[in-house]
Amino acid sequence: MKFTLSWLKEHLETDASLDDILYALTDLGLEVEGVENPRDALKGFKLVKVQEAVQHPDADKLRVCKVETDEGMTQIVCGAPNARAGITAVLAKPGMYIPGLDITISVGKIRGVESHGMMASMRELNLGEDHDGIIELEGGEIGMEFADYLAQTDPSKVDPVIEIAITPNRPDALGVHGIARDLAARGLGTLKPLKVETVEATFANPISVEITEAAKDGCYVFGGRYIRGVKNGPSPMWLQDRLTAIGLRPISILVDVTNFFTYDRNRPLHVFDAATVKGGLVIDRAKGGEELLALDEKTYTMPEGAMCIFAGGKVESIGGIMGGEETGCSDETVDVFVEAAVWNTLDIAKAGRALKVNSDARYRNERGIDPAYNMQALDDATAMILALCGGEASEVVMAGRVPDVSRAYRLDTDRVQSLVGMDIAPARQVAILESLGFVMDGDMAKVPSWRPDVLGEADLVEEVARVESLTHLAPKAMARPAGVAKPILTPMQVRESSVRHQAAALGYNECVTYSFVDEKSAKLFGGGTDAVKLENPISSEMSHMRPDLLIGLLQAAARNQARGFADLSLFECGPAFHGGEPGEQHLQVAGLLVGASGPKDVHGARRVMDLYDAKADAEAVLAAIGAPAKAQILRDTSPWFHPGRSGKICLGPKKVLAQFGELHPKVLKEMGVKGTAVAFTVYLEETPLPRGTKVARSAFFTNDLQAVERDFAFVVDKSVNALDLVNAAAGVDKVLIEEVRVFDEFIGGSLGEDKKSLAITVRLQPVDATLKDKDLEEISAKIVAKVEKATGGTLRG
Amino acid sequence: MDDLKNKYLTAILTAGDEATLEDIRLQAVGKKGEVALKMRELGKMTPEERQEMGPKLNALKDEINSALAAKKVALEDAALDVRLAEEWLDVTLPSRARPQGTIHPISRVSEEIYAIFADLGFAVAEGPQIEDDWHNFDALNIAPHHPARQEHDTFYMHRAEGDDRPNHVLRTHTSPVQIRSMIDQGAPIRIIAPGRVYRSDYDQTHTPMFHQVEGMAIDKDISMANLKWVLEEFYTAFFGTKVKTRFRASHFPFTEPSAEVDVQCRWENGSVTVGEGDDWLEVLGSGMMHPNVLQAGGIDPKQWQGFAFGMGIDRLAMLKYGIPDLRAFFDSDLRWLRHYGFSALGVPTLAGGIHG
Repeated sequence: MKFTLSWLKEHLETDASLDDILYALTDLGLEVEGVENPRDALKGFKLVKVQEAVQHPDADKLRVCKVETDEGMTQIVCGAPNARAGITAVLAKPGMYIPGLDITISVGKIRGVESHGMMASMRELNLGEDHDGIIELEGGEIGMEFADYLAQTDPSKVDPVIEIAITPNRPDALGVHGIARDLAARGLGTLKPLKVETVEATFANPISVEITEAAKDGCYVFGGRYIRGVKNGPSPMWLQDRLTAIGLRPISILVDVTNFFTYDRNRPLHVFDAATVKGGLVIDRAKGGEELLALDEKTYTMPEGAMCIFAGGKVESIGGIMGGEETGCSDETVDVFVEAAVWNTLDIAKAGRALKVNSDARYRNERGIDPAYNMQALDDATAMILALCGGEASEVVMAGRVPDVSRAYRLDTDRVQSLVGMDIAPARQVAILESLGFVMDGDMAKVPSWRPDVLGEADLVEEVARVESLTHLAPKAMARPAGVAKPILTPMQVRESSVRHQAAALGYNECVTYSFVDEKSAKLFGGGTDAVKLENPISSEMSHMRPDLLIGLLQAAARNQARGFADLSLFECGPAFHGGEPGEQHLQVAGLLVGASGPKDVHGARRVMDLYDAKADAEAVLAAIGAPAKAQILRDTSPWFHPGRSGKICLGPKKVLAQFGELHPKVLKEMGVKGTAVAFTVYLEETPLPRGTKVARSAFFTNDLQAVERDFAFVVDKSVNALDLVNAAAGVDKVLIEEVRVFDEFIGGSLGEDKKSLAITVRLQPVDATLKDKDLEEISAKIVAKVEKATGGTLRG
Repeated sequence: MDDLKNKYLTAILTAGDEATLEDIRLQAVGKKGEVALKMRELGKMTPEERQEMGPKLNALKDEINSALAAKKVALEDAALDVRLAEEWLDVTLPSRARPQGTIHPISRVSEEIYAIFADLGFAVAEGPQIEDDWHNFDALNIAPHHPARQEHDTFYMHRAEGDDRPNHVLRTHTSPVQIRSMIDQGAPIRIIAPGRVYRSDYDQTHTPMFHQVEGMAIDKDISMANLKWVLEEFYTAFFGTKVKTRFRASHFPFTEPSAEVDVQCRWENGSVTVGEGDDWLEVLGSGMMHPNVLQAGGIDPKQWQGFAFGMGIDRLAMLKYGIPDLRAFFDSDLRWLRHYGFSALGVPTLAGGIHG
């Protein structure tokens, strides 16, 4: 919402400075978004008198002027045809910025003659198009600020333009009068009452108006007046200036009057050429499909149910949103019909959204105008048209009834204290409400008709606090929890934090990537269905909720590779979406390793990252959240992993705690990642939470008997899983065998292509008595037998 | 006797290596060494002679043994010195690289926020990011066709043909967690709710996803003055300097009265310092919870009242740690992650300090 200071002062009697007004607006909740004060650009431009102007010795079109300024005489070389002795002009001194030329003036020599400044034209000061010569002023004193001179003689030229943001609850502040009311309530002046016009009718209204049964809940009241014999044309300068100042283009009196009412009083009106309308007006809901060429010269197809004004069976205008081009006013218009109506805000919002029309009328009618002003607005607008265009007015025609929006709420003066915490005297509270137009009846406050937002007692508190100013609010300590503060994170939040720090400690850089990804990538990772599709994505790159965090990390890796970084360790912790219903999200932490462990180094430590790196990190992350140390490692991972080089860490076949491995080469190619990459994904919610609240550890037990380690090597088929072999060995004696470790793997060679040798160390920890040779032989034999049986292998000789 | 002593002690002193020293030991105090031979001669002596010579010979043996031991240590030390002198490495060579991970500023700042609000008794609550429109809008007093709903730049989820339920949305704010928490826990309650939120907006200062933290406190007598106190305490702890706030009247459908809150700041060369100066910077929206919202959460507005606020976590991170561009938060540029990221082991606590 834009308005000028002088426009505001039409409604507010005030001596307040611009700064005070701006501060109060923002503080009242009418947040100032911008101020254009033409005076700022004119600062320092002062009036001077040309005392002498003689021909430049070397240039026909230039004159050398002796100019009297506030700082004495100076010499200016000037090319303007009207530069002559005796005129009062406006001088830009050296060092000053000329807005219309975008240059800063300096002392210069023009064809050999020194010039100490420039006398400006109106265009050079951005004050108009006039560039025929330098500014020539009537009256004024030497040394006077040009802005002050303009303020006295042509105030619109230095009128500050204020733009404020209006929250959706305040339609009343979409008119300058409403803004003035707020400022007056704050104490920044007195609200000037609106002039109440009455227009005598001289003839009967020839246009009938009917609201159909179906439209009665969409248009509450529709009033109109026929004016004949108008003479349309350009608006008077004051009106043009006002509209121009707030960024509207003056068109003609009849159009400008409606814009004036829109911005002056939040009162959209519609004026159309009555000669183009045959028969009566019918307000009805569109059946859908009707077309209208509207005033913005676009053709709109009516959605079903939209409120329309029909004339002769055709849509004449979209109710409360925009009129038709055909019935628009032109300079030839002689007879007009002025209408003022109150529409159901929901209907306006729906139709406006369906039609994608953003008009001032829609903006106001969907937020809510003052219904009680409807019929008076008709008279006020008619009076203005008659005053500016002549003509005579018919009787008022009216369909429907002005809706009764009267209501009252109890003002509980203690409530301000208890809810806001500000001490405001009851009398002051009443005075504030009254200055906003509330009418007090005992402790009941009747809400003014222009405040559709006030719907309860809490709203009264808000109005009082707002006008009194929340800057007066003093902080008050809130009761703190007694005793030591309790933990505030849920176990899952603790997990999130733990894995973040664990992954970072493992060397990963944490990323935060968008939750939405492109469809193609989503499909590669088992997502991309319609269930997780956005209806209105911001781009096709962000169309589907991510099914997996690796997508964002791979995209990040591709971007970083393009920047020249080949070795990457990236992780993210956050939600992935397996469905489109609330709650169909789960928490993942994913790590991606691309390239090598680091740059080439003197220690030869550089190593291409492989699946065992990813596995180690997955295990470390799982350990950080307390997952059981012994889990199954299964194959059959998700299809974005390399089928032979990936695994999942499980508690049973259905309980997948994590996946790890090399990523599928095709996926990497599709994602634009060069080289190989390994990754892990841990599903944070899958690891069971610990049962109970016991924190004490089990008793510590050490055995003083000597532990013994024995090594075995087995030749097995290449496809045998090492873990199966280890489990077989460990299962021989769960008491005695403390640990089984694989320490060597050798594939092929003399063993044959499909064979490998796996070497294990078995650590035996006797419990009762030291192991004798005989015991060792016995258990070794058992281990060999069990492993051979379980794996089909043989002890390597 | 003295000759014997001098002979061996001199030999020990001049021995150049351990082998020589061993030879000396054998010659002197070995089983067939000179001292041993002398010892054997004791048997042939008269008791008087034995009385005299016995202790002398023992003393001699001890003296030679200690000299041998001392020399042995000296020789070992010398050998070690030689070895150490040879074992020279260039210590200026680079160390074996260890990967350096980092924590993203959003995670860091979130943990700082948790630490501060934990002290004030606020628990951390969460909710789904795909929301139904009731939780995201209706329950928060934003009616279906009200312009306020349009101003949210909402992302809507696709609906299959024939599914006539209203579209789900990507939550436009963390406020739906207010409703879920009230329904789950009732009053009194104090929570903060951090997380991702989504708005269909992308330009210099907006990204379609960002992070908010919601705050809510409901009790019998909680007022806006308490809200101001909580926020000032929070900002002061968060920025590590006394921060004043300014409340300005505003409007949010879910609070009444509503206020936008500015923090005191100073602008200098395009960067901002919070807690100093005469300017104000808008940082959050807040207010007293609207009775309709309390009711939607199953809480009787006649008995309970409370405040709620919502602020941007990304923005707090930018302000505190001097990060200029919001969009870079989500770009995962390795250089940016390393520059603005935080140490893996840094966990903000009130006891240890919360500034990273």
